[in-house]
Amino acid sequence: MKSFRFCFLMLTIAILASPALSDLVLSKVDRRIYLTSHIVRISSTVKVENAGPEKESLVLLAFPEQQAKNMAYLMATPHEGKGKVKNPVVALPVEAANPKDMPAALTFYSVSLPKGLAEGDSFTFDVLAVFTHALRPIPEQITQADIQLVLYQDSAHYLSPYAVKVQSLSVKLPDSRIESYTKLENTKIHGSEIKYGPYENLPSFSYSPIAVHFESNLPFAVAQELVREIEISHWGNVQVTEHYKLIHGGAQSKGEFSRLDFLARPNVRGASAFRYLVANLPPRAHSVYYRDEIGNISTSHLRGDSKKTELLIEPRYPMFGGWRTAFTIGYGLPLQDFLYESDGKRFLNITFSSPMVELVIDALIVKVVLPEGSSDISVAASFPVEQWQETKISHLDIDGRPVVVLKKTNVVPQHNQFFQVYYHFSQLSMLREPLMLISGFFFFFVACIVYMHADISISKSSASYLAKQQWEEVQAVIQQVQNIISRCLTTHDNLEASLRDLSRTGNIQACKAARKAADGLLKELSKELKPLLTFLQSSPSAAQVLPKVEELVAKERELQEKVMVKHSTVVDGYEKKLGARDIENRVALQQQKLTALRQEVDDLLEFIDEI
Amino acid sequence: MSNSYTSDILKPFKLKTKQQELLIRVLILCLVYILAFITRLFSVLRYESMIHEFDPYFNYRTTLYVTQHGFYDFWNWFDYESWYPLGRIVGGTLYPGLMVTAALIYRLLHFLRFAVHIREVCVLTAPFFASNTTLVAYFFGKEIWDSGAGLVAAILIAVCPGYISRSVAGSYDNEGVAIFALLFTFYLFVKAVNTGSLAWGLASAFGYFYMVSAWGGYVFIINLIPLYVLVLLITGRYSMRLYVAYNCLYILGMLLAMQIRFVGFQHVQSGEHMAAMGVFFLMQVFYFLDWVKHMLSDTNLFQEFLRITVTCAVAVGGIALGVGMASGYISPWTGRFYSLLDPTYAKDHIPIIASVSEHQPTAWSSFMFDFHILLFLFPAGLYFCFKRLSDATIFIVMYGLTSMYFAGVMVRLILVATPAVCLISAIAVSATVKNLTVLLRSKTKVAQIGSTKGTSSAKASSKASLDQSQPFQKNGAMALLFGAFYLLSRYATHCTWVTSEAYSSPSIVLAARGAHGNRVIFDDYREAYFWLRQNTPLDAKVMSWWDYGYQITAMGNRTVIVDNNTWNNTHIATVGRAMSSYEDEAYEIIRSLDVDYVLVVFGGVTGYSSDDINKYKLSYYRFGEMMTEYGKPPGYDRARGVEIGNKDIKLEHLEEAFTTSNWIVRIYKVKPPNNRW
Repeated sequence: MKSFRFCFLMLTIAILASPALSDLVLSKVDRRIYLTSHIVRISSTVKVENAGPEKESLVLLAFPEQQAKNMAYLMATPHEGKGKVKNPVVALPVEAANPKDMPAALTFYSVSLPKGLAEGDSFTFDVLAVFTHALRPIPEQITQADIQLVLYQDSAHYLSPYAVKVQSLSVKLPDSRIESYTKLENTKIHGSEIKYGPYENLPSFSYSPIAVHFESNLPFAVAQELVREIEISHWGNVQVTEHYKLIHGGAQSKGEFSRLDFLARPNVRGASAFRYLVANLPPRAHSVYYRDEIGNISTSHLRGDSKKTELLIEPRYPMFGGWRTAFTIGYGLPLQDFLYESDGKRFLNITFSSPMVELVIDALIVKVVLPEGSSDISVAASFPVEQWQETKISHLDIDGRPVVVLKKTNVVPQHNQFFQVYYHFSQLSMLREPLMLISGFFFFFVACIVYMHADISISKSSASYLAKQQWEEVQAVIQQVQNIISRCLTTHDNLEASLRDLSRTGNIQACKAARKAADGLLKELSKELKPLLTFLQSSPSAAQVLPKVEELVAKERELQEKVMVKHSTVVDGYEKKLGARDIENRVALQQQKLTALRQEVDDLLEFIDEI
Repeated sequence: MSNSYTSDILKPFKLKTKQQELLIRVLILCLVYILAFITRLFSVLRYESMIHEFDPYFNYRTTLYVTQHGFYDFWNWFDYESWYPLGRIVGGTLYPGLMVTAALIYRLLHFLRFAVHIREVCVLTAPFFASNTTLVAYFFGKEIWDSGAGLVAAILIAVCPGYISRSVAGSYDNEGVAIFALLFTFYLFVKAVNTGSLAWGLASAFGYFYMVSAWGGYVFIINLIPLYVLVLLITGRYSMRLYVAYNCLYILGMLLAMQIRFVGFQHVQSGEHMAAMGVFFLMQVFYFLDWVKHMLSDTNLFQEFLRITVTCAVAVGGIALGVGMASGYISPWTGRFYSLLDPTYAKDHIPIIASVSEHQPTAWSSFMFDFHILLFLFPAGLYFCFKRLSDATIFIVMYGLTSMYFAGVMVRLILVATPAVCLISAIAVSATVKNLTVLLRSKTKVAQIGSTKGTSSAKASSKASLDQSQPFQKNGAMALLFGAFYLLSRYATHCTWVTSEAYSSPSIVLAARGAHGNRVIFDDYREAYFWLRQNTPLDAKVMSWWDYGYQITAMGNRTVIVDNNTWNNTHIATVGRAMSSYEDEAYEIIRSLDVDYVLVVFGGVTGYSSDDINKYKLSYYRFGEMMTEYGKPPGYDRARGVEIGNKDIKLEHLEEAFTTSNWIVRIYKVKPPNNRW
């Protein structure tokens, strides 16, 4: 501690020795340091005045090395008075600067003013600087019951290459419990706020170290690595998957962890631990999941309305200092909320960083997975990022989907700005995957058909193969026989139908014509039947079926004769103008035999069918 | 009129009866295939797509290794993370069939561009193979009875709880694929015996190889098949078909099985495999005698020759076996084998086998639970099998009877009996239903004739005898048929209920009903394992009872002292002693084992009874101050239902490092030794 302060003292002396940079003077500086989170925010309102004759348009901001290396974000905006309607402010361009003759221990940034300042002109702007890892836990190791104390160091005087006329500083703490703080002249304390100043007419590079040692039990959630994968599907979904590697960045816990104490008084015995994280997801986020390498984590809650979706996740265990965890959250977003089209190019417009509240990310990797077949990819982000391209092979991809990878270190919530990925994508490429699936199934079925119909046996001369083939031939022939028989049976039915027509209309001629046609047909059919029967008789493998088939044919012939006889009897009866009842009586016996025969034929057909 | 018109139009599309039957059969099989898969997904719906229980975690870890490092690295893998400080030669001490299968499916899916995670493949491997088993059951049923029995067998086995218990989604264990392999090998062998075809024999040898690579239960095959062959020989059913089938299976199967490092030369060196070898030689003697009989026309001479040959063969066999045993070339039967034949053996000689709940003798209720109506259909099926004896039915009868015996000895062997029980029951169902429907159909036909005949009586009188018995018979058949369908539908309901209630819990995540009927989830195991994974040094050694070894290595990614592969009883005993000794003594052992963390499972807060209460000091540390239940004194143990006596437990060499939210898992850190000065 002491040597540290001594260092600063030396630094101050060194700085004081160097000459003033220009004729700019800071007429008023108000600084507010927010220590209400583990992300330190310093917001300064700076009124700059040109005292020299030359026109100036650049203002330098100086940060000691200690702070500069923790700086995650720096933004300058023109100051708007209090109470005014907030217009969308345009940030002033800020660049890293390396002016000559300046102490090496300082890092400079230059703010370009909207217009040059002439002599006597003044301009007021706000600077917001965000620092990570700026709070040092002291003591570095605490037990479960201890509260966590952190130390913050800065200068009570605004460190600037310009002289400062009036300045003040206020330090906002999360809590009024303060272990110690540096007391200087004009130091006041109001509850959880410490005020330094006002100080007047300090030369350039004034430095007066202060240290605040205070209690902070806010979640020190630090993601050592976060990989965000944003996958676009033109079927209507943007899938976001975020892989976190999280650590509690506060004081290391030591000694026992007692669940009993933690259960009984979680706010006392476990004050420094955090139990949950909150993520503000975009509205209409759906299919949210929360899991890790070994499975789903059931402790999460999702609330949503039309403006936002709030996801509260609890790690598997309470996070004490130095404890780690790793998990993945994922959610789907409707495509139309994030994908737009301009000048024939599509572009994705989505936030860059994590949706988690108050999370520091040491290394953030954003991967945007575009659909397969995208081209002309370009990225527009409002801050510098490392960028390269990869490919990812996912479902049904042939040569992989192009992936734009963006990497940024030291990310704070202020980086959660929209960025754009522009690309070309033809609508027709969307059909590629469904077509692949369809053709896959098509070829599968074709293969099945080919397999069912192709003869793939190897030896065409083996006995079993020949027997099988013969049997197949026999089956085909029997099939034909069956066809013929069933055609015969339909002819019989037709004859019966003609008899019914006769009884209704009394048209004997028509009935006779039907009889003639049937006669011809049956004759033809029996002719067709002959070669088939001879084949069956000659074939050895048909031996067991043959008797049945022959019986069938015989029965059918008998049936045929009976039908003919009945037909002639009925027609005769009508010709002789006998009464309907008379005719019925005459054919009754025949009818019985016919039915029995028909039944037998049907049985035989069925039997042969089952072979 | 219009009706006939439409039927005329549809005529070209109308399928013949045979085609209709084929279509219906294929359709039913497809549905059964899907049913078998989806009925096993209860666990995924209730919980999540995760690996269950204990052993599957090891299988999952090794599968992950195969997919990441390739097969050869896996084959030569020396695992430093288990059995510290001994380690384990993983490639040589496991059956790789399951892992290789899953890895191949994974590769195939990725080749077809389905970018699935290996975990999903592992979770769904068992249901997928269960679906395949239904197909095999169909073909097997068709082979031994008819296609109807095959269909019924497929349906029965698709939902049979005895099989589902080991093949729900997430139950990524050897049995998942092994039952498929077992039934497939049997089917191919029966097919080979039925056809006498060398091709089927070859296929059965490969089926056997797959079975050997997948599960230690292959010993059942290599003993059942020789027994079956022996029975056929004794009953005079020896045939050339049998000769071809058995020799092909035995020789090729043996050579192939030797390629599995874990099995090695056991086929020629272990007592458990000697029956197969004996039957193999017996087959050769039979064949030789057949040939001699064929050559010698004189029966007397042949009788003489037979006597001499049989005596010689038996003597040579006996001497060879004796010498082999005496010289130690042939190892005696292992304890596991003995414990199968004699249910009381394990209790006296190998307590670690007897201590596992799934190795207990089966209670009657679990037979009822796992088989339901199949238990009654099984004897009926045996009756039908005996009525129509053939080589195939003898096989299924023997398979059924032996496996039923083993199922009675050990609970987990119900699994092996399930396919046989399903097949035999299917024969009973199919034969009964077929007989009943034939009765019904013939009657309806006669009835039709009767009605069309109308007033006539000439023919009717001839069939009067048939007609008389008809009304009663018909109604009886109808009633029986409805009864059968009622029973089968009860079976389906029972199976669904058992699957959903009893067999779909991953046992890593415990679910209970809260006070308001809501579902409470105890995810303590994963909480603890993940804590170990994230918050302990990479080389930390964790001591726990062996049940949790696989899970700690797979989920916690930390080295364990003992795990579920209980190959070294001394090591387990050392850990057991450390767990149950006084702290000072235990500390000595813990130091000598270089342990960093001690993990115990404790159910006193939640009433979870399968915990490690004999490590009471670690379990009850600071439990005396805990209010577990309203209206009970602090320190009330809900699992045992008593208030603990000693509420002030002090630990000297250990300190509490982590306790999960429901106290189920407690992890203690071993303190470094005190400075001597």
